[in-house]
Amino acid sequence: MKYSIFSLARNALSGHARWPQAWRSPAPKPAYEAVIVGGGGHGLATAYYLAKVHGMRNVAVLEKGYLGGGNTGRNTTIVRSNYHLDPNAHMYELSLKLWEGLSQELNFNVMYSARGVLNLVHSPAEMDAAMRRGNAMRLNGIDAEFLSRDEIARRIPNLDCSRDARFPIHGGLLQPRGGTVRHDAVAWGYARAADALGVDIIQQCEVVGIRLSGGAVAGVETTQGFIATERLALAVAGHSSQLAAMAGVRLPIESHALQAMVSDPVKPVLDTVVTSGAVHFYISQSDKGELVMGGDLDFCNSFAQRGNLPIVEHVTAACLTLFPSFGRLKLLRTWGGICDMTMDGSPIVAKLPVQGLYMTGGWCYGGFKATPASGWLTAHTIAHDAPHDLNAGLTLERFAQGRMIDEKGAGPYAWMH
Amino acid sequence: MMLIPCPHCGPRAQSEFTYGGDATVKQPAPDAPMEEWFAYVYLRDNPKGLHDELWLHSAGCRTWFKVRRDTRTHDILASARMDQSL
Repeated sequence: MKYSIFSLARNALSGHARWPQAWRSPAPKPAYEAVIVGGGGHGLATAYYLAKVHGMRNVAVLEKGYLGGGNTGRNTTIVRSNYHLDPNAHMYELSLKLWEGLSQELNFNVMYSARGVLNLVHSPAEMDAAMRRGNAMRLNGIDAEFLSRDEIARRIPNLDCSRDARFPIHGGLLQPRGGTVRHDAVAWGYARAADALGVDIIQQCEVVGIRLSGGAVAGVETTQGFIATERLALAVAGHSSQLAAMAGVRLPIESHALQAMVSDPVKPVLDTVVTSGAVHFYISQSDKGELVMGGDLDFCNSFAQRGNLPIVEHVTAACLTLFPSFGRLKLLRTWGGICDMTMDGSPIVAKLPVQGLYMTGGWCYGGFKATPASGWLTAHTIAHDAPHDLNAGLTLERFAQGRMIDEKGAGPYAWMH
Repeated sequence: MMLIPCPHCGPRAQSEFTYGGDATVKQPAPDAPMEEWFAYVYLRDNPKGLHDELWLHSAGCRTWFKVRRDTRTHDILASARMDQSL
C-alpha cells in the first residue's frame, strides 16, 4: 500500500485497525543471490539499492536482533557532509543528496530537517582550520558558510557568546543543508521499500560462521541453519572485526562505546545543530523536545552498549559551559552504541580479500549520516564486484599502502579519531 | 565509573587514568618484513570478551601498567606491572 493522505484518511475512518504490515517475516530460503548481514540502516539500504538500482531481488538481510536495534537506533540523528578530504567529502555529499529526497524515494517520512549544522570555533587557530575546511567544501561543491560571533549570537540567543565565556566563541562554520533525520524511520522506510521489491528480511537470525569453498564465500551458518550464497556483505559496524574474523580477515578496527543522552522534553529552544570540537560536544533538539547531546568516546575498547560516568559528566559540563540556561533541565536517559573505530578515522566500504565478501563498516562516529550512501555504494560494489568511483579510496588495502584518510591527522590510534 | 586497580597505588577512579590500547601487540624486529610491521601498527584482534590492555595512571603515579578487562561488561579481572604477566 502506498502511504498518502488518502490512505491515512481511509484508515482513520476504520480506526487505524486495518493498516497492512509494513514488511513480511519470511523463513530463510536455502540460497540467495546475495546475503547481507545486519538489519540496520546500512544493511537494509544495501538490500534496497541492490533490488532497485541493480535488479537483484533474490536477496536476504539477516539480523540477529530486531531491525534498527543497533547503532541505527542509538545515534544522535545528525546528518552533514562537512568533511575536508576528498574521499569522505564526496561520499558524505552523495549521502546528503540522497537524504534530501529519501522520504519521496521510500514513500516513508524520514523527517529530514535541514536545520543546519554549526561547528563553533573558539580560537584564531581553530578559525583558520574551519576556514580551510569550509573552502575545501565549497571547492567540492558542498555548502558552507562562515558565521561571525555576532551572527551566531543573533541566531542562537541562548548560546553564551560573551567575551568572558570559558571558551569564547570566535565564529562558526555552518553547513545549512545539514540537519537531523528520524533514525528509526530510516530503518523502517528502507525495510518496507526493500521488502516490497522482494528482499527477504529475516530477524532473530544470527550469523555464527562463514563457510568458504576454495577461498571464496559459499554461504553463512546461522542460528536458523545454513544459507548458501556467493555474495556476502557485512553491514555490522561495531562487530565488523568479529564477522570478518569468521572468514579469516583481520581488520584495522577497534570497537569503542560512544554515548549519547537526552534531557527531559521542553518547548522549542534550539533550532539548529550546534557542535564544538574544542569542548567535545554536540547538541540538537528532537521533535519531541528533548535536547539530544553527545561528546567523546569512552576511550577504551567496549562491546557493552553503555558507557561510563566520566563522559556523562564531561558532556553535561560542556553543555552548561555553552548553554548556561540549560542547567535547569534534567538528564532523562543515557545510552551507548558500539562504533567500529578504524586506524585512520574513515570507513571501509570495499571488497575484502576473500572472493565474494564485501563490507561496509569502520564508520567511527559517521555511520548514521552515511546510511544512504553506504547502502548505495555497497550495492554497487556487490553488483559489479568492483567499487564505484566514490568508494574506490575507502579500501581495506589503503592502510598497507599508506593511503590513509585521516581527517584529524591523529595517527594509528583507533580511539583518537 | 570503573575502579581501576593500579598495581602501585591500588584501586582508583577511572578518571585518573589514560588508555593505551592493546597490550598484546609486540614491536617486530627492525629488519622484520613489512607485513609484520603493518600488522603491528594497524591490525588488532579487537576481542569481544577478555582484553589485555595498557593504562597509564596519568593523574597518579604516572606509570604504565597492564589490565585484563572484559569488553562485554567492563569487569576488570586483573592488573599487573609492565614487567609482570597478567
